[in-house]
Amino acid sequence: MKIRLDQVVKSFDTFRAVHGVSLEVASGELVALLGPSGSGKTTILRMIAGLEYADGGTISFGNQDATTIPVRERGVGFVFQHYALFPHMTVSENIAFGMKVSKVKRSKKAIADRVEELLSLVQLEGLADRFPNQISGGQRQRVALARALAVDPKVLLLDEPFGALDAAVRRDLRIWLRAIQEKLGITTLFVTHDQEEALDLADRVVILNGGKIVQEGTPEDVTRRPNSAFVTRFLGDTNRLQGHARGGQIFLGGANVAAPDIRDGQAEIYVRPADLEWTGEGEGVHATVTRVIDRPDNRRVLARLDNGEPVELDVAPETRLARGDQGYLKIRRANVFAG
Amino acid sequence: MKRRVLPGLPLTLGITLLYVGLIVVLPLGALIYKAGTLGFADYWRIVSSERAVASYRVTAGSAAVATVFNLVFGLALAWVLVRYRFPGKRLVDAIVDLPFALPTAVAGIALTTLFAANGWFGAPLAAIGISVAYTPLGIMVAMAFTSLPFIVRTVQPVLEDLDPALEEAAQSLGGSDWTIFRKVILPLLAPALMAGVSLSFARSLGEFGAIIFIAGNQPMQTEITALLTFIRLEEYDYQAAAAVASVLLLTAFVMLAVTNLLQARALRYTQRS
Repeated sequence: MKIRLDQVVKSFDTFRAVHGVSLEVASGELVALLGPSGSGKTTILRMIAGLEYADGGTISFGNQDATTIPVRERGVGFVFQHYALFPHMTVSENIAFGMKVSKVKRSKKAIADRVEELLSLVQLEGLADRFPNQISGGQRQRVALARALAVDPKVLLLDEPFGALDAAVRRDLRIWLRAIQEKLGITTLFVTHDQEEALDLADRVVILNGGKIVQEGTPEDVTRRPNSAFVTRFLGDTNRLQGHARGGQIFLGGANVAAPDIRDGQAEIYVRPADLEWTGEGEGVHATVTRVIDRPDNRRVLARLDNGEPVELDVAPETRLARGDQGYLKIRRANVFAG
Repeated sequence: MKRRVLPGLPLTLGITLLYVGLIVVLPLGALIYKAGTLGFADYWRIVSSERAVASYRVTAGSAAVATVFNLVFGLALAWVLVRYRFPGKRLVDAIVDLPFALPTAVAGIALTTLFAANGWFGAPLAAIGISVAYTPLGIMVAMAFTSLPFIVRTVQPVLEDLDPALEEAAQSLGGSDWTIFRKVILPLLAPALMAGVSLSFARSLGEFGAIIFIAGNQPMQTEITALLTFIRLEEYDYQAAAAVASVLLLTAFVMLAVTNLLQARALRYTQRS
């Protein structure tokens, strides 16, 4: 089912949470709403679900205007951040809840069969009779998903689906969720503040800030061609350097960066740590190492430029560098925005 | 003995045990001891006398009705206080505790004045043929009045802690408001409701001051067990008083035990396997 938001607005008592957001999600697509806290991403998801009503604009599912349809008739599956499993019901009772309260009458047998099927889909066959309190966080997450899928929703919405889990479980579940979504082909939106999660999982990423969409596109679009300093910074570690643009070039004491679209004047250069190269001598910006951090797949070098600006760069694990070493930085790739 | 990290256990445990022993167990023990000085035949004759049995019926019956009334009304009151914002809410919240603060005799006199045949409530009720004062209905009113805070105050914090996402989840799964109340909210409130019910019922069984003014105190009809005990005391028949009181005590104890069991059952989902 296709989802379309047109100029959706929402304010709460004291502040405006969403300022005119328009968005289209194609049928079967997996889209991430990514943004820092307070960016309005959860409010947008809740409006799509019908858990909040929009103050202005329209939300449509397919060709139907869903703006004022109450949540219980909207046909969405919603997975809550902390799962919101019914604590007094077993895993199978939780999954069966939607089918039991539905206007569509199903036989006991049909419900039991569907619960069985969903338990095997989420790989929790043995846990049908446990209470939510008796299973792990990752298992609860999967129960919440099974419960949401039980009523055959047109759209699946997940609010920070992996937020409350530890790192290893989170990665496994991500891969698993992607597989299930592909298998069912259900239109899915999820909210996250974790850029890695969004890029890993989604077909398309919608980046929000201050209640507005700042950029949307495939993970490749947004990572390779960020359209603003905010997106660049939000998507990952980056160095921010000050420079002066003149005639499509920025000169940075010893290194220059092409910036064909930037008008002359103050400019900000964003360089990812992996896009800086360290050389002992030769060309580049002169820098002094202040600290080296060893990580599993590389070494992170913290250095200081001659003008005092700190920079971070990643070098191969076997690179011999220590505090106080001097050398030159070459910029392989950068994003430049007018300052 | 293993070393403990938290200090003060021997001191606090000692004080607690001493307190429970002196203030709670000793008087109750004395009561049972006094009743026990009667032979079984005498004990049974006193506790199963026609007048005593009638008083149990009046007391327990009225307490049950008052408790059911409070269950419904107290839940509604707690619900309103937690879920809605309205002017005067804090005042209403404070008023709920008044029955605790008011001397029960004062409550009894006030209720009697209101519900007497010429009172503000009593007169219109008398006009439609309902008399409250000096009937079992009056006993129920007095019991309901004095035990209302128990249910409100046990349910209120649980209701406040109820995660709104649970109701939202049930809504997104298609549940109607009534279904959600019945299948999600009520089961989660059940342990608190049970605790409130048992406290409210136990308090109603033992209530004295508020009732004797409004009840009329006719033996066999509107005489509560606590009053019968008092009458026996006035007659210096301490053994009979203790015997009748022991029945009240036993009833309250059994009831508290049963609700505890039910509560444990209702809360079994909180246990880790």
